[in-house]
Amino acid sequence: MLYVTALQEGFLYGLLAIGVFISLRVLNIPDLTTEGSFGFGNAVAAAAVAMGYHPNISLLFALLAGFAAGLVTGFLQTKLKVHPVLAGIITMSGLYSINLMVRSGPNLAIGEGSLFKLAYAFLGEAASRDDKKIVGAILAATLCILIVLLIALFFKTHLGLCIRATGDNPDMVRASSINVDRTKIIGLCISNGLIALSGALIAHYVGYSDASSSSGTLIYGLAAVIIGEALFSLLPRSRRGVTIGLISAVCGSILYKIIVTFVVDAELFGANSANLMKLLCAVIVALTLIIPAARDALISWKNRWEARRA
Amino acid sequence: MSTDTPMLEICGLSKTFGKGTVNEHTALENVNLTLQRGDFVTIIGSNGAGKSTLFNAICGTYLPDQGSIHLGGTDITFLAEHKRAKRIGRVFQDPMKGTAPGMTIEENLALAYTRAHSGPLAPALTKRKSDFFRSALAKYNMGLEDRMKTKVGLLSGGQRQVVTLLMCTLVTPDLLLLDEHTAALDPATAEKIMEITNEIVRENNLTTLMITHNMQQALVTGNSTIMMDSGSIILSLKGKERDDMTMDGLLQLYTEKKKKAFTTDRILLSGQ
Ligand SMILES: Nc1ncnc2c1ncn2[C@@H]1O[C@H](COP(=O)(O)OP(=O)(O)OP(=O)(O)O)[C@@H](O)[C@H]1O
Ligand SMILES: [Mg+2]
Repeated sequence: MLYVTALQEGFLYGLLAIGVFISLRVLNIPDLTTEGSFGFGNAVAAAAVAMGYHPNISLLFALLAGFAAGLVTGFLQTKLKVHPVLAGIITMSGLYSINLMVRSGPNLAIGEGSLFKLAYAFLGEAASRDDKKIVGAILAATLCILIVLLIALFFKTHLGLCIRATGDNPDMVRASSINVDRTKIIGLCISNGLIALSGALIAHYVGYSDASSSSGTLIYGLAAVIIGEALFSLLPRSRRGVTIGLISAVCGSILYKIIVTFVVDAELFGANSANLMKLLCAVIVALTLIIPAARDALISWKNRWEARRA
Repeated sequence: MSTDTPMLEICGLSKTFGKGTVNEHTALENVNLTLQRGDFVTIIGSNGAGKSTLFNAICGTYLPDQGSIHLGGTDITFLAEHKRAKRIGRVFQDPMKGTAPGMTIEENLALAYTRAHSGPLAPALTKRKSDFFRSALAKYNMGLEDRMKTKVGLLSGGQRQVVTLLMCTLVTPDLLLLDEHTAALDPATAEKIMEITNEIVRENNLTTLMITHNMQQALVTGNSTIMMDSGSIILSLKGKERDDMTMDGLLQLYTEKKKKAFTTDRILLSGQ
């Protein structure tokens, strides 16, 4: 059952991974708004529920909140010519305060208004905890797959193509009839909207929103994208389009959660395992990043060795 | 637009870079140029003559300091770059510049095609469009029609230039700008690309400006030739005069013109 929970969390954080994938790989922009927009979605969803809105509406509000965060970062980057990294940091820091205000305190409970509680209600009174976990995982998977499908379709529309081209060859796009500033801003809005949606779902999942929920989400998103790419690296490069990228990001997120569950469950690093997760995350990202260099080194070493023998 | 409005009309165009600094440099000086619909003008001139700057001004990469640019009768002098790009196709010397390497051939073509034909959320590729792109590419016998789903980044420079050319002309532009678009290719491929260029221009009766460093090519391609030097048009050849011109003659004209400019400078400087 631990792994069912891992699967559920993997899907929920999968939206975060897609968001990071879109800014990092599709737009080719290092966007550091992530933790801010995740927390924004997280807080806005909780606040909306507290104000008596339906959980679905709270998700919509969170999505819009993420759009707004992306809009600010995008505006800073394009119209005001702020360096992308700085633009993200500025929005992220600003959002930190805003999120505190939205929660009007360190944390805010969702209680009975949670999307997942609503789903459990269908199971009836007699449902066991395991049943609930399975339903939760199915709900998370459905949501995530639906959104991947939508985004994949979006990237096949004319606007989607323009956004991809903006990240692929800005020179060409600048000389074409595409408005680069606009496509960048739209791309960042979608990316941060998804990240905020992920934050909102996590608030529903854990039942409250607090300031610590967003810490570490940036490195998590990066790790998911990179692990996913490593997972799919067997596919020839020419086959790896945006759709595969979206799927691989979600798979990366799931795999990461499974690894974490395994490490903690097996107490691989002793009783402290749970505390070491962020370090593990950093190590995984670093290791995956050096794989290409290591592979090249290995190949050249092998070639040299064979050349010497011949 | 009536038939007698020129397609491109450039009047008194001037551009100085770094005005008021030690790096002040006049890249365009009082350039006047008129192209009728279907004109194909080749541009020659030494490095730094201002040829690419002229293109940049036409495309809106840089705004000029003085003068005006009219395209098909409308004033585009200060129009935003991406807005006028709808009507202008441009191929650069660098094959890397005109296409998105991470996208497939058909996606690149779709990018160029849909911009004129459908709303932002319409699917970029349909069966019908794919077939249309395939048959458009097949015309040029480069074997590219069988590789529609190949990423453009995997193509050779010549193949990429063909894709770029097609992208620029799929939706017939009012003006086609070619900036040494065969310069980075080997001679055989360059010739092939030139053939394709001529074919596309003829077929669509495109109004075209082409920069080249190949004097022979400049004289045989299109219907007139201009020579630029230090930001000005110093020579314009048309009709019979152009037909009779040889490469040696052109070189001689060039040195003569330069000398004349030099002596007038001296006269001006000495105040006579
Ligand atoms: N953005 C810029 N800032 C400053 N100077 C520039 C800029 N762009 C061009 N120039 C200068 O303007 C002059 C004309 O350059 P341009 O690129 O138009 O030459 P060209 O005729 O295309 O030469 P080539 O045959 O080498 O391509 C050059 O001296 C160049 O240094
Ligand atoms: Mg040039």
